[in-house]
Amino acid sequence: MLILECPYCGVKGEETEFHAGGEAHLKRFGPGSSDEDFETYLFMRENPKGVHLERWRHANGCGKWFHAARCTMTLEVFGTYSAQTLEPPKEIKDILTAKRPGWSWRNFK
Amino acid sequence: MRRYSAFAVAREAARFHTGWERAWRSPQPKKKYDVIIVGAGGHGLATAFYLGKNFGITNVAIIEKGWLGGGNTGRNTTIIRSNYLQDPSAALYEKARSLYETMSQDLNYNVMFSPRGVIMLAQTEHEVRGYKRTAHANMLQGVETRFIGPEEVKKLVPIISLEGPRYPVLGGLYQARGGTGRHDAVAWGYARACSDMGMDIIQQCEVTGVRSSGGKVTGVDTTKGAIDCDKLGLVVAGNSGALANMAGFRLPMESVALQALVSEPIKPCMDVVVMANTVHGYMSQSDKGEMVIGGGTDGFNNYTQRGSFHHIEETVRALVETFPMVSRLKMLRQWGGIVDVTGDRSPVIGKTPLGNCFINAGWGTGGFKAIPGGGWATAELIAKGEPGPLSAEFGMERFIEGRFIDESVAAGVAH
Repeated sequence: MLILECPYCGVKGEETEFHAGGEAHLKRFGPGSSDEDFETYLFMRENPKGVHLERWRHANGCGKWFHAARCTMTLEVFGTYSAQTLEPPKEIKDILTAKRPGWSWRNFK
Repeated sequence: MRRYSAFAVAREAARFHTGWERAWRSPQPKKKYDVIIVGAGGHGLATAFYLGKNFGITNVAIIEKGWLGGGNTGRNTTIIRSNYLQDPSAALYEKARSLYETMSQDLNYNVMFSPRGVIMLAQTEHEVRGYKRTAHANMLQGVETRFIGPEEVKKLVPIISLEGPRYPVLGGLYQARGGTGRHDAVAWGYARACSDMGMDIIQQCEVTGVRSSGGKVTGVDTTKGAIDCDKLGLVVAGNSGALANMAGFRLPMESVALQALVSEPIKPCMDVVVMANTVHGYMSQSDKGEMVIGGGTDGFNNYTQRGSFHHIEETVRALVETFPMVSRLKMLRQWGGIVDVTGDRSPVIGKTPLGNCFINAGWGTGGFKAIPGGGWATAELIAKGEPGPLSAEFGMERFIEGRFIDESVAAGVAH
């Protein structure tokens, strides 16, 4: 069972309180973009074994979207952070580096 | 290979069963093969089998990191049906279902295919309309299904409660020639036949890297050393993303956990497969008497082969309201498998960015039923280098072209 802490309201809850929203930090493409860009944005996924950065919504709580760093092999949650960012904050990166040396996720290290 | 037969059983009984041979060899890998298939699950072994049977390609290795049939092939709820909405799916799944009918004879291995019938319950007006549409589509596709009313559902499934607390049973989509099979036997039967054709099944050998040069695969690195190949087939279900990562490309898929559970064995009470997609639970009874129950998928990426408990609760709740008599049953086992789900809930059988590397993946929650058809189509793809009629629509390029095979609505979650 996943225990997540909402970075907005500070409430800790198990996964039924939240809704998983898939991969985080996707680059969005709009009208006029190429078919390949749309494919990448809409369908192509990292789906890694290990560190995964992903979106969650505190559905049965404050309702806010936030981001989480989690391991898909152990289900360990490394931390949660605001969705108002284009990349994970330094604290999260430091935790990842401490716990999963040499981690990388897309172009983040 | 010594054939299995009633005569063989009698012969071995007379000599204290000392003459049975191993069903397949466990050789060390050779330096090079014409084709390497990664993944000795149902689809991987079926691909190898049809490479040999349909195309005479037998210098083949099937590499497996665990034990053969130990992934989703041995973890599913063994449902076989082909009542899909879209034409390409119906063709592929119906090919698979028809191959299941003669599989025991073809492989000389009893896969216990039991065409006992599959009912997908319609419990809302929308579902009634949706399933009637599917029944009409199936009629045009030559797949035998029909929409039946609640009285016929009750006749086929006496233990069902038509007046559930939330959703009444308004009818169902019935495929009389669907059913179940013995999932392990499907893997074992194909493995035995492949080994007999001279193919090498190499278990406990994990692929750690894909070697390529000039846009072509030259071989794989494994825990048992490097192995060269002319063509590579990736048939690794939930691990497709990891293998694709090694080969240097991404896939339109995500891996999530899907759970199943079985009850203690009870006397025969239900001789059809019943799927209730609105309340989300599906159930059949195994030959041992256990009620085999399929659960739901989690919403988050997962490689742990275990799922979240609340899905079990939801599934059991759905079944108790549909079949009140199961409320006192004890559950014996629960397990999870990692399924690779695509955006349109249809599989990928097609080429990859590497010229001689092919992929069969993305079956999501419904790969078992498709094993012979998927293997047939993938073998054709690997042998000819181009997709045949069965797999033509299932290439990855459909995600660029927007040519989806949308089964997420037609098939529901219980695939």
